Amino acid sequence: MDRDCTNELAGQARDATARRAPLRIVGGDTKGFLGRPVAGEPLEVDSHRGVLRHDPAELVITARAGTPLAEVEACLAAHGQRLAFEPPHYGAGATLGGAVACGLAGPARAWSGPLRDYVLGVRVLTGDGRVLRFGGEVMKNVAGYDVARLLAGSFGVLGVLLEVSLKVLPRPPGERTLALELDEAAALHRLAELGQGALPLSAGSWWDGRLYLRFDGSEATLDDVARRVGGEVVTGSTRMWASLREQTHPFFEGREALWRCTVPPLAPPLALGTATLLEWNGLQRWYRCVADAPVFAVAAAAGGHATLFRHAPDGAEVFAPLDAPLLRLHRQLKHVFDPAGTLNPGRMYAEL
Amino acid sequence: MTPDPALIRDLRAALGEDAVLLSPEACAPFECDALTAHRHRPEVVVLPRSVEQVMEVLRACRRHSTPVVARGAGTGLSGGALPVAGGVLLVLARLDRILEVDPVRRLARVQPGVTNLEISIAAAPHGLYYAPDPSSQVACTIGGNVAENSGGVHCLKHGLTVHNLLELRVATIEGEWLTVGAPIGEAPGLPLIALLTGSEGMLGVVVEVTVRLKTVPERVELLTAAFDDVRRCADAVGRVIASGIVPAGLEMMDAPAIRAAEAFARCGYPLDAEALLLCELDGLAHDVESELRAAESLLRACGATTVRIAADAAERLRMWSGRKSAFPAVGRLAPDYFCMDGTIPRRSLADVLEGIARLSREAGLPVANVFHAGDGNLHPLILFDAGRSGEVERAELLGAQILELCVAAGGTVTGEHGVGVEKLGPMCSQFGPDELEAFHAVKRAFDPEGLLNPGKAVPTLARCADYGAMRVHGGKLPFSHLPRF
Repeated sequence: MDRDCTNELAGQARDATARRAPLRIVGGDTKGFLGRPVAGEPLEVDSHRGVLRHDPAELVITARAGTPLAEVEACLAAHGQRLAFEPPHYGAGATLGGAVACGLAGPARAWSGPLRDYVLGVRVLTGDGRVLRFGGEVMKNVAGYDVARLLAGSFGVLGVLLEVSLKVLPRPPGERTLALELDEAAALHRLAELGQGALPLSAGSWWDGRLYLRFDGSEATLDDVARRVGGEVVTGSTRMWASLREQTHPFFEGREALWRCTVPPLAPPLALGTATLLEWNGLQRWYRCVADAPVFAVAAAAGGHATLFRHAPDGAEVFAPLDAPLLRLHRQLKHVFDPAGTLNPGRMYAEL
Repeated sequence: MTPDPALIRDLRAALGEDAVLLSPEACAPFECDALTAHRHRPEVVVLPRSVEQVMEVLRACRRHSTPVVARGAGTGLSGGALPVAGGVLLVLARLDRILEVDPVRRLARVQPGVTNLEISIAAAPHGLYYAPDPSSQVACTIGGNVAENSGGVHCLKHGLTVHNLLELRVATIEGEWLTVGAPIGEAPGLPLIALLTGSEGMLGVVVEVTVRLKTVPERVELLTAAFDDVRRCADAVGRVIASGIVPAGLEMMDAPAIRAAEAFARCGYPLDAEALLLCELDGLAHDVESELRAAESLLRACGATTVRIAADAAERLRMWSGRKSAFPAVGRLAPDYFCMDGTIPRRSLADVLEGIARLSREAGLPVANVFHAGDGNLHPLILFDAGRSGEVERAELLGAQILELCVAAGGTVTGEHGVGVEKLGPMCSQFGPDELEAFHAVKRAFDPEGLLNPGKAVPTLARCADYGAMRVHGGKLPFSHLPRF
């Protein structure tokens, strides 16, 4: 099962670059819906797999990019550890490389930090077939520019991830979810208020008039939290948080466009006149509304930005626009790692 | 080298006469950072008072194709702010305003010349603080922290600078403003904030920094464990972490460091110990209590001869005072010292420490070790006397050998001090020509003419060829295929 396909992949990249043929990078093909469509020959990374190193005392795991995310997580769970940012899988075949390339994080994100905070090092294949190594497997490393973290959430436009080293953390000793009956505005205020204290909040979500709060800690801490926060204890909460992370929750059903807005947690409810699901500390908000609704503008006016996450119609822009100097830098960086524009052209922006 | 009169005219027009220093006496204090072995008296020093003036300086430098080096407080340990011959030294110390502390959004927006500690002081009334705490935090500026991706003693749990930044406002040498990241911690596009952090002033000049603030922990406890054997102490580090405890700080000192620190700070360290481990736990009261009991019995099981829990905050701070003054304390043992900064996987701690001891004996130069064991971030202090002929060179060679040992163990030549000019050679043993060429290309993407802090952080391939010729490693010449210059 475990295989090192570096040479084949490098050969395919070199060949495609020589023919000026664009490549569409595919891992487990679970997140292909996200981003702009790419017209290109598939470059399949899922055979390049295997956990290479995991020493629990190091708090680091290194695996080939095609390794199933589930395998990485099982390997960590066997030692009481986990990926603290709770990456979404969106399907059984999800790979480590795909998770890092998409840069997504689950319910814990507002407290754990983003996925890129956990990236320690990468081996990456450039568009013209160079195999480069950046960062490493240690907690602190400031030798050279931090290209490894630059690749977290780069959607394959700079390079094909071959290996990734991530910082991992112990699982918390316990967790408990509490639910409170509140409307949207009151829920946002409650989240902000809880954020001020030292309570070990690790997830939050609101929909249909109920605010759900997850806390991590020892039993004694959790009892203390329950006394201070009130509300009712939610049973089966692990499944509930997974349904949010994996978007199997009923809110995400249907073919209507799904918008993701990230706005300041205390921004008032966005006036999009549609069903809403809040996550994290109110920073991540989901909306179901038509694809040509002015969501980019509404999110920007609230101090954040929007992504047309699922069910984008043909030709729609998916990510919030960049200003001219930033876009120019993006293109110059693309040129450094993928001079012929072979890898995932247009996945993030038409010009990239 | 005489500065270009047209450049001086432009700088004076933009900043006023008094903000442009030219006389050797006025420029002398800026000739080095905390790596004093490398010095160059700058020909021109500018002290802008506003971000617009910073941009004017960059535009003038670009117009006149003049190199420009940004500098904060000059506490850097790798020569990152060493002035460049024929260039302008851009001192950001006057941009020292705290623009905003927002306890609700839990962030602070500050100018680059604000010191690290000032941020925590400004946040303290709200029960918040800025987590990264380099030992120079009284003096070092947040702009310099961003440039070096500075660490400190609490990184394992609370992160490096890069983990605690939300947004940077950056002036480019092309004369444009960039905003990377966002106060909410997410921005569209590539995560350029990560690329710019730790880029040592080579890609842009940071003029505004928004940092994340954390809640001051409810409870803090410190265990001090003494060992009669370095290897047992080093192994305890891995066992504490494998047990599921993430200490806020996990610091180790060897016998020379313990004795020097005790003589300096009189903090009550056991003088007969071969190694000392300081383990700090923080968080909610109940959680800290259970971790404290677990850590105590674990350290005893690992063979600690004594384990002491600080009785109160005063004792905890006293135990830390020895650790925090260890560099100056060791510094009293010899006229000069170099502080190395390699980071290794924790499992190799004992082996690498033994390797350092062997290299130290071979070189005839003492080495004291005091370091961030939880991060595997070593700080071997090489003691020498620059007054003795050849000793600087021997100390530099020993430093390079130690860093090669770290690279061979799967580590890095610098964990938190940066490459600057000091580790350009050792960079050649960590990276191959393809990676180095990619770094140069990244720099060109931001700075096509190579005007921002040129010659730092990333060695040229020619330099690596020379370095390789001098230093045959493991019977193999790195860069053996490259022509020698």
